[in-house]
Amino acid sequence: MTTKHRIVLEAGSVDRHYWRDLWTYRGLFGFLAWRDILVRYKQTAIGIAWSVLRPLLTLAVMAFLGWLFESRVPGEVPRLLLVGAATLPWTFFSTALSEASNSLIANSNLLTKVYFPRLIVPASTIIVCLVDFLISFAILVVLMGVYRFAPGIELLALPLFLLLALVTALGAGLLIAALNVKYRDFRYIVPFIVQFGLYVSPVAFTSADIVGNERIPQALQFLYAINPMVGVIDGFRWCILGADAPIHGPAFLLSIAIGLLMLVVGIRYFRHTERGFADVI
Amino acid sequence: MAKPIITVEHLSKRYRLRHEQTARYTALRDVLADRARGLLRGERPRAITEEFMALNDVSFTVNVGDRVGIIGRNGAGKSTLLKVLSRITEPSGGRVVLEGRVASLLEVGTGFHPELTGRENIYLNGAILGMSRAEISRKFDEIVAFAEVERFLDTPVKRYSSGMYVRLAFAVAAHLEPEILIVDEVLAVGDAAFQRKCLGKMESVAGEGRTVLFVSHNMEAVQKLCDRGVLLAQGRLVSTGPMNEVIDRYVSENTRRETVFHFEDQVDEAERPGSALSAWIVAEDGAVMNEVAAGRGWELHVQFRMDRPLDGLVVGTGVVTAMGLPLRTVWSTPTAVQPGLHRAIFRFHDIHFTTGLYRLVIGLSHDGVTFHQIHDAVTLHISEATDLSALDRVVNTRSGLILDQAPVIIERT
Repeated sequence: MTTKHRIVLEAGSVDRHYWRDLWTYRGLFGFLAWRDILVRYKQTAIGIAWSVLRPLLTLAVMAFLGWLFESRVPGEVPRLLLVGAATLPWTFFSTALSEASNSLIANSNLLTKVYFPRLIVPASTIIVCLVDFLISFAILVVLMGVYRFAPGIELLALPLFLLLALVTALGAGLLIAALNVKYRDFRYIVPFIVQFGLYVSPVAFTSADIVGNERIPQALQFLYAINPMVGVIDGFRWCILGADAPIHGPAFLLSIAIGLLMLVVGIRYFRHTERGFADVI
Repeated sequence: MAKPIITVEHLSKRYRLRHEQTARYTALRDVLADRARGLLRGERPRAITEEFMALNDVSFTVNVGDRVGIIGRNGAGKSTLLKVLSRITEPSGGRVVLEGRVASLLEVGTGFHPELTGRENIYLNGAILGMSRAEISRKFDEIVAFAEVERFLDTPVKRYSSGMYVRLAFAVAAHLEPEILIVDEVLAVGDAAFQRKCLGKMESVAGEGRTVLFVSHNMEAVQKLCDRGVLLAQGRLVSTGPMNEVIDRYVSENTRRETVFHFEDQVDEAERPGSALSAWIVAEDGAVMNEVAAGRGWELHVQFRMDRPLDGLVVGTGVVTAMGLPLRTVWSTPTAVQPGLHRAIFRFHDIHFTTGLYRLVIGLSHDGVTFHQIHDAVTLHISEATDLSALDRVVNTRSGLILDQAPVIIERT
């Protein structure tokens, strides 16, 4: 008898083959992402227009707000580029978080009918957001062309910060997706987190406005630095704008730590509740 | 030498039923509110759940190459068993050992997306069922040919007819090559010709030495396809063994089970003063069953609801033979009734009917007008007298429709 595929099902038993299973189901991961992308862009006009319009409008409003509140622009950097470098990762993070949080409910028909490592569902939705990110990145490239702005060698580090945004969104997304299966009112909480996050993240302003500002108490400055998107956005600015937008070291390390912590907590809670999804969804 | 491929040991699955639940889902808001209320009163959150055993201590083994039919009434635990075996839900107790790759087919076309074309859906569905891209590509032409959808491959499936949709979905599933295939009732869809094709395909799958678990209400299909059976009732294993024996057990248990006939409310419900709700037959020994031995007395119980007080309600019943011949009518004396639930009991202890099937008609009337009549209310099966004690009452059940042991005076002249 082949023991290669021996599976023991017991109450509460830890699935030792989980990560191996995840690997064997990588095809499904690809197909789900491919499905979401296909469906998204099948109604072409709306699909692509949406991924262009949303960051563009956010960019316009945030740049206006920054100008209105006289947020400092470092060096010779055009304000639109400064805000654009922040809008990109923020839009990616917020769509990834919302889509991942909602993904299990949206795919409940799959969850109750077939087995596969459930982690695939929220993870694959993030791929669609990555595609959106690439499209909006093209907008930023066009903007840089308009301002005749050439990024430096720092741009090569951009994927690392994108990865940090992805890890943070996935961690939080997994946690909320799992909670959402049981408590459906999380679908009201996510839009709030996204909206609130936009104001406490350095999109309209820069970290230089907050960190080291005497008018802002130390405790609030620390709270600000806890937001992992602060590190991501500062990193994006540094990659695109170079030395004019330096990264604040301790705050950045804190962001990485919080992002990783979120991923660990997200995965653990997800794995813990995953086996009961089909019963409560 | 038979090798077990599936071993199920003391398997249990417990569900919590929520009471007083108004919404379909839990809101964290409510949970928090409940907890807070409990804290304020210094008590623990009140238990609003009741446990329900969907599977209760079920054990059996399946050997390599077995084709197992899982049967049982609705709610017996068949679907839960399949869900546990397909790893969709985890057991609450006991264990299952699976010695091979499992593919489950609990629904036709799981994950089909209406916006995607037939071609795209074949790949997507294949991946969902656990096939690799290479595997799907290799079998692509075979799948398309089986589904007979060549001309519509690049049409979104939302434009497919339901027949085409089902054919495509089954075709993908039929070309899976797992060691264990789990199938739930999917043959209930599609036209007769396609159903035959599916059955044929499943037979050939089993013929290749793969193990098939099949749940169905269609005894004919189960009998044709499966060589071993598992019978479940209320979450427990009733019987397992050769398919024919298990089906016999199922059929006999089902004819002997308690039978209460419920009547659906009619549309004109509001206009009549009351409605018959349900009816059942009670045998001499008090058992509720719709099978009575010839010569034995029985009662017809009719549950009805009055919505208005009525002076002179008459409840009646008629016995009609299987051939449609009205045999006997019995009715109550006019009675005054108040709104609420009532029961009428008709006792059939005097006149006995011969063996066969009878339909009982039930009617509620007032002032010579029948305001609720149910033509096929209850099916009554009068069976051959089995025990000797009935013989003094029944001499010959073939000599007429009504058998009567009248007080005949026998005197010496």
